[in-house]
Amino acid sequence: MANILTTHQRAVRSSVVKKVIMAVTGIIMIGFLLMHMYGNLKMFQGPESFDGYAHWLKGDILYPIVPKGVFIWIFRFGLTASVILHIWAAVSLSRNTLKVRGSGYQKFRPQAQTYSARTMRWGGVIVAGFIIFHLLQFTVKVITPGFDPNAGPFEMFLLTFQQWWMVVLYAVLMVVICMHVRHGFWSAFVTLGANSSPRSGKILNWLGIGVAVALFIGFMLPPVAVLLGWITN
Amino acid sequence: MTPADFYTEGVDLVDTKAPDVEISKMWETRKFQARLVNPANRRKLSVIIVGTGLAGGAAAATLGEAGYNVLNFCYQDSPRRAHSIAAQGGINAAKNYRNDGDSTYRLFYDTVKGGDYRARETNVYRLAEVSANIIDQCVAQGVPFAREYGGLLDTRSFGGVQVQRTFYARGQTGQQLLIGVYQQLERQVAAGTVKMHTRHEMVELIVVDGRARGIVTRNMVNGKVEAWTADAVVLATGGYGNVFFLSTNAMGCNVTATWRAHRKGAHFANPCYTQIHPTCIPVHGETQSKLTLMSESLRNDGRIWVPKRAEDCAKDPREIPEEDRDYYLERIYPSFGNLVPRDIASRQAKNMCDEGRGVGPAVRELDPDGNEKLVRRGVYLDFADAIERLGQSAVAGKYGNLFDMYQQITGENPYEVPMRIYPAVHYTMGGLWVDYDLQSSITGMYVCGEANFSDHGANRLGASALMQGLADGYFVLPNTINDYLADAPFEKLADDHPDVVEAVTSAKARIDKLLSIQGTRSVDSFHKELGHIMWEYCGMERTEAGLIKAIGLIRELKEEYWSNVRVTGVNEDFNQALERAGRVADFFELGELMCIDALHRRESCGGHFRAESQTQDGEALRHDDEFLYVGAWEWGGEGSKPILHREPLNYKAIELKQRSYK
Amino acid sequence: MKLKLRIWRQAGPNATGRMVDYDIDGVSEDMSFLEMLDLLNENLTEANQEPVAFDHDCREGICGMCGVVINGVAHGADKMRTTTCQLHMRSFEDGATIEIEPWQAGAFPVLKDLAVDRTAFDRIIQAGGFISSNTGSAPDAHATPAPKLEADVAFDNATCIGCGACVAACPNSSAMLFTSAKIQHLALLPQGQPERYSRVKSMVAQHDAEGFGNCTNIGECAAVCPKGIPLESISQLNKDLVKSLFMKDGK
Repeated sequence: MANILTTHQRAVRSSVVKKVIMAVTGIIMIGFLLMHMYGNLKMFQGPESFDGYAHWLKGDILYPIVPKGVFIWIFRFGLTASVILHIWAAVSLSRNTLKVRGSGYQKFRPQAQTYSARTMRWGGVIVAGFIIFHLLQFTVKVITPGFDPNAGPFEMFLLTFQQWWMVVLYAVLMVVICMHVRHGFWSAFVTLGANSSPRSGKILNWLGIGVAVALFIGFMLPPVAVLLGWITN
Repeated sequence: MTPADFYTEGVDLVDTKAPDVEISKMWETRKFQARLVNPANRRKLSVIIVGTGLAGGAAAATLGEAGYNVLNFCYQDSPRRAHSIAAQGGINAAKNYRNDGDSTYRLFYDTVKGGDYRARETNVYRLAEVSANIIDQCVAQGVPFAREYGGLLDTRSFGGVQVQRTFYARGQTGQQLLIGVYQQLERQVAAGTVKMHTRHEMVELIVVDGRARGIVTRNMVNGKVEAWTADAVVLATGGYGNVFFLSTNAMGCNVTATWRAHRKGAHFANPCYTQIHPTCIPVHGETQSKLTLMSESLRNDGRIWVPKRAEDCAKDPREIPEEDRDYYLERIYPSFGNLVPRDIASRQAKNMCDEGRGVGPAVRELDPDGNEKLVRRGVYLDFADAIERLGQSAVAGKYGNLFDMYQQITGENPYEVPMRIYPAVHYTMGGLWVDYDLQSSITGMYVCGEANFSDHGANRLGASALMQGLADGYFVLPNTINDYLADAPFEKLADDHPDVVEAVTSAKARIDKLLSIQGTRSVDSFHKELGHIMWEYCGMERTEAGLIKAIGLIRELKEEYWSNVRVTGVNEDFNQALERAGRVADFFELGELMCIDALHRRESCGGHFRAESQTQDGEALRHDDEFLYVGAWEWGGEGSKPILHREPLNYKAIELKQRSYK
Repeated sequence: MKLKLRIWRQAGPNATGRMVDYDIDGVSEDMSFLEMLDLLNENLTEANQEPVAFDHDCREGICGMCGVVINGVAHGADKMRTTTCQLHMRSFEDGATIEIEPWQAGAFPVLKDLAVDRTAFDRIIQAGGFISSNTGSAPDAHATPAPKLEADVAFDNATCIGCGACVAACPNSSAMLFTSAKIQHLALLPQGQPERYSRVKSMVAQHDAEGFGNCTNIGECAAVCPKGIPLESISQLNKDLVKSLFMKDGK
């Protein structure tokens, strides 16, 4: 098959292009996470602000250019597409690499790799599982430990994270996500060509760490505040 | 025994290919006279090229571009690893970009003079002539030569010449040039004109009706012995410095291809001309496997000395006071000092160590009487003055990478302790005899690069090896081999042609013989012993008695080899012991011929110093009246004496002079 | 010095390999790592056993032929840029155990013991790692000045010796560092511009076809590279490839 493709076609199907797809979709998702985190921080401003924001998200954006409630679907579609493409590229690349790589040394001493870089594949699987769980919990509302499916967003949040084990579970999963984001952020920009000098490499690395830490703190502040009783009805 | 007992006299040789015109018109005339091959016919012709270094790789790529079917072979796993890669200094070219009075004639003159007037004038002039094209060619291929801020090429002065004509690529010019060649070669592989066979070692030449028509190779992965036939054969298999066991050559460098060709009729010219490089890292002990060269540029700022008294030799050099040091080069050669030519610097270092004033670890060796003794083989190369004068950072800026390399190998910090250096075999000027067309004495077999003898006379100027390799490969051979190929295609040879069968059978028989001996000594132990003999008697200083003795020792050792060597494993396998065994077997025969050549040449010239031929001050003394010729040796047959053919050297464009560096 | 060696022995490409223990005595700290293996092989020959096969040639760190994984690190040195041949025994403690394995990667099959087949690298170069310039057709070397800063980066990349340590160290067995070094070398010189974008397309395609894994920007390759080819080169290859997709070259 391969040899009847033109060079251009082979390049389009190459691992680098798949990596670029992963990079672009990954950056979209990191952007989404940052926005999501920002929304969550509205928990500190009380129910009106939080619920109002949630409502605006679902209904009012781009209105009246598109009818009410349409944007969220465009948004969901875009995000879902990103997730699917990201996973498709990851699976496709990983399957190939796992097939062709060496069988493993008797002894191997890493010289450069970080834990997060090494765990991208399993980390990715866990993150995917978490997203499904998270959607079932707060969007589809089929797993609803501690709250009534009919509760408002603020109330859901409150009731969920008043349970200490939920906070712990989310904290652990956020660690996994942030590790994925740390290497992912660096890797995405490197893949897109931003690593052009030792200096830019360093900056990207610190930015990756910065974004990951910011996400962790930003996402964990409201649940911890809820648990500690700083945020109440 | 007298020298004449070791060889028989043959008839004189003449090069018939150089046109009888003024030297500056000669190459142009020859290119015009050489018959051409129509582009449509080239794809019906095939050429075997052995070796993928600067000469072989460049020739393969260029002939591939021209449309011939090229079969290219190398023993390494990739053509990119040929030993041209290790050259550090640079490549000369008469570009005169510096406006410092350089010209084709000056490069020609310097090369002939550097070769101590033992090179063929016509070939050297052509080398100087095409040198400028080489730089153009390499730049176009993307060789990253050093540049100045204006984006133009930088050049420097090298090897004691007065013009800055050496182009360089940091300390790895050889690597960058070879990668340029390799890329062109791979481009032709992709285009289908060159078929590359890596991990194939040539073990025999196929000659049919007096024409070289093919080679026999051993596949080094599975041991398959195969015949390959073509219309012409080109050998570009490098030098034979590894006959000394320790040299700066790569471990795999060997003489087998050229030696097998020699045994089939190719004359071996000037085998005794060996270049010994003065600034190498000394031997650390018995298990040393190769020597590492450091750029000669170190002598620009370093001062060479040994202790005045032998009893100081084991001391920490920093504790030896100034008055107890002997800066012997500055003492003996006040005007050139530490910058005397390579052969002089090397020989004086040996003299100091022979006097017992060497430094560094004492290493076991054989003295001329065959007794074992412990000798310190090293002299100091001291940068203390330079560091004081220029500051450590300036010295680091100039020589940092060399200092790092030295420290990595020796574990000593040269900024604090003087470096230790000692001469090592580096390049062999001798090689297969070729005419102006680079054709050997076997019709249809051409020889390029270090493997031939043609351009460097008795001593090679720094930064000229790369120039010669590329000149031969890119510009000379592709413009002369067509004259021969114009008569091709020759009769197709079937696998069962008697001459093909004979070559394959004899190659196999040799392998079987080596495997069947099952003696008690390893190949390396023989190789080391041969190296000791060669280094002691056919190294920096040669004497009649020593050489005669060496020939006897080599013959005895060779006999023991063929009855007591142990080669483990089988042929049908990746068997490195067997590879080495074949090479060492040929080194014995070559070593003997080198000694005979050195013995017959009772004069000192270039890298060949005969103790019997020196001035009152102990300097080399040439005898142009007796030895102004190329000594080309014909294989006399197994157990018979070699036959000496002389090719008289005619200097028309250059006047002969005796060197003086005092 | 006295050492315990654990060496990967494998009779041929299709044989199963295993680690074999050897004791070796009389190693001096001035010996290079390969001289230590020479000594072992002399001992094995003495005992009429088959010596360990390993690739090596120039033994001065430039030809790229040697290379084994020593104690889990390609070329064996922590925090120091070296090839196996330039690693010296003074880096090891007396009495130490040293594990020696061949490069491992699907695209580098073992030929025997510690020797592997790296011809995949040649085929990546064949795909486009050159400037098409026939002998004799070159303009004067000074016809096109090359800016020094870019030429210096081109040079840094051109120093790659093709040893394969990058692939050996990469958990994905990716050869992106090797490929990018050649891309960058030629992409940063004026002479390399005409083929710049078709080159990156075909070399990357060949890289994948040879069975090297994909790069995940982990950085093991650059950490063990004896010549210090930086990870940035891969990033710049990616950028060139993305750009190339919007160009007609190779369509």
